[in-house]
Amino acid sequence: MADTTRPPRSARPRCGPDLSEQAQDRTLIIACGALAREIGSIIGRNGLSHLALRCLPATLHNTPEKIPEAVREAVRAARGNYGRVVVGYADCGTGGLLDKVCAEEGVERIPGPHCYAFYSGNRAFEAAGDDDMTSFYLTDFLVRQFDTLVIRSLGLDRHPELRDMYFGNYEKVIYLAQTQSAELDRAAELAAEKLGLAYERRQVGLGDLEQFITEVN
Amino acid sequence: MADEDDDVVLSELDDAELVQQMHDDLYDGLKEEIEEAVNILLERGWAPYDILTQALVEGMRIVGIDFRDGILFVPEVLLSANAMKAGMFILRPLLVETGAPKVGKMVIGTVKGDIHDIGKNLVGMMMEGAGFEVIDLGINNPVENYLDALEEHKPEILGMSALLTTTMPYMKVVVDTMKEKGIRDDYIVMVGGAPLNEEFAEAVGADAYCRDAAVTVETAKELIARRHNQLSSGN
Ligand code: B12
Repeated sequence: MADTTRPPRSARPRCGPDLSEQAQDRTLIIACGALAREIGSIIGRNGLSHLALRCLPATLHNTPEKIPEAVREAVRAARGNYGRVVVGYADCGTGGLLDKVCAEEGVERIPGPHCYAFYSGNRAFEAAGDDDMTSFYLTDFLVRQFDTLVIRSLGLDRHPELRDMYFGNYEKVIYLAQTQSAELDRAAELAAEKLGLAYERRQVGLGDLEQFITEVN
Repeated sequence: MADEDDDVVLSELDDAELVQQMHDDLYDGLKEEIEEAVNILLERGWAPYDILTQALVEGMRIVGIDFRDGILFVPEVLLSANAMKAGMFILRPLLVETGAPKVGKMVIGTVKGDIHDIGKNLVGMMMEGAGFEVIDLGINNPVENYLDALEEHKPEILGMSALLTTTMPYMKVVVDTMKEKGIRDDYIVMVGGAPLNEEFAEAVGADAYCRDAAVTVETAKELIARRHNQLSSGN
């Protein structure tokens, strides 16, 4: 049995497969790297020692056509070792192809179109309709990785003149905050400034992600 | 490569070399060089249409292939598109004057709720380069915008773009409204955007899904030719 005073060792997020005997009793979550810290914290806080985590690179986000097969491969690789596998991805711009892979492989994924929606709560996101249409979302992860995943991957470090071709139709940055952190808040505001956009912070926490992970058995 | 290019004096190149150099400069997204080269070819008496097709469109076609194959990425494509746009800006009025061939007309726009427009702009530009008149409705278009534009411009083709899984279903709203109004079959409906696929296009009732700008141009020409044949055979 797990020690109840500290989060069990096995609850810490893993970024490699668990090849131990006990793995057959456990469930592997195959997730987007952008969710590693958050899923890890849910596992740790709730002492979900039956869950293990394996992350695929968050950079797949910019080439969503590669996500379905990358997930399929990871699911198949995990099969022999884990009792069960679930997918820690939203649709993420795969246009339903990830759902097809999940159905074919018999695994479940986090509901929703993308992480901005499930962090906001899918229902609330849908209800808001086009209200945020001219907004660019940041999450804790994206704030931390802003320079790498936004500035550099859009080429804005090398070609700042492209900024308005990307963001000319946008009005503000909305930081969907998972945690309370003055440091991230400041960084998010600075990010908005770099993009030439207004700034709004929304404390949304983990939204639907928390429930999805705690209900995985 | 950029270093050697610093020494190239565009006006000293012969026509073939200059066109080749323009392909390279488009690839490297060098806007000023493209403008300069377009002007040189015009001074040498080239027809605007030939500059457009042989230098610009052909150069962008190469960029498109390398983007598809994962050799070039979005920022590079954007720079190339910018360079091409600058070249087209010079040529556009001259093309009208010289009566360049017109293949057809297309109304294109990104659907409601979506403000991604890089791919749509590229498709519009390549369609224009292929001799289509393109009416660009921009981003975030509700069904009324499309219907009004169809009525006003009477194009052969309606093109819709979506990059979000949450906005792509809106294409069905547009097609269904066209059906309700009894005008669906008056137009060729083409759809595109990274998360779409053929199956989806069929499900929303579009005539074609195209994965990139080059395929869009080919498909558009083919569908227009098919339509002309049908009309002339009285079907
Ligand atoms: C660049 C980009 C942006 C830019 C957009 C700049 C602009 N002015 O368009 C920025 C950074 C601003 C942005 C914002 C957002 N984005 Co974005 N973005 C992308 C990215 C990386 C590339 C899209 C692109 O421009 N590709 C380059 C062009 C050339 O390719 P293309 O668009 O596919 O177009 C080609 C073909 O599809 C086709 N085509 C396109 N249109 C048409 C039309 C017709 C008629 C035809 C025939 C063909 C055709 O031909 C084109 C040329 O070859 C994609 C990921 C991806 N790789 O697709 C995400 C992506 C589309 N974005 C996504 C998201 C979530 C967003 C945001 C919500 C993110 C946020 N943090 O807020 C906002 C959206 C806001 C809104 N309301 O629209 C998700 C969508 C997920 C989903 N479930 O839908 C993606 C898939 C990334 C991801 N995996 O998370 N984005």
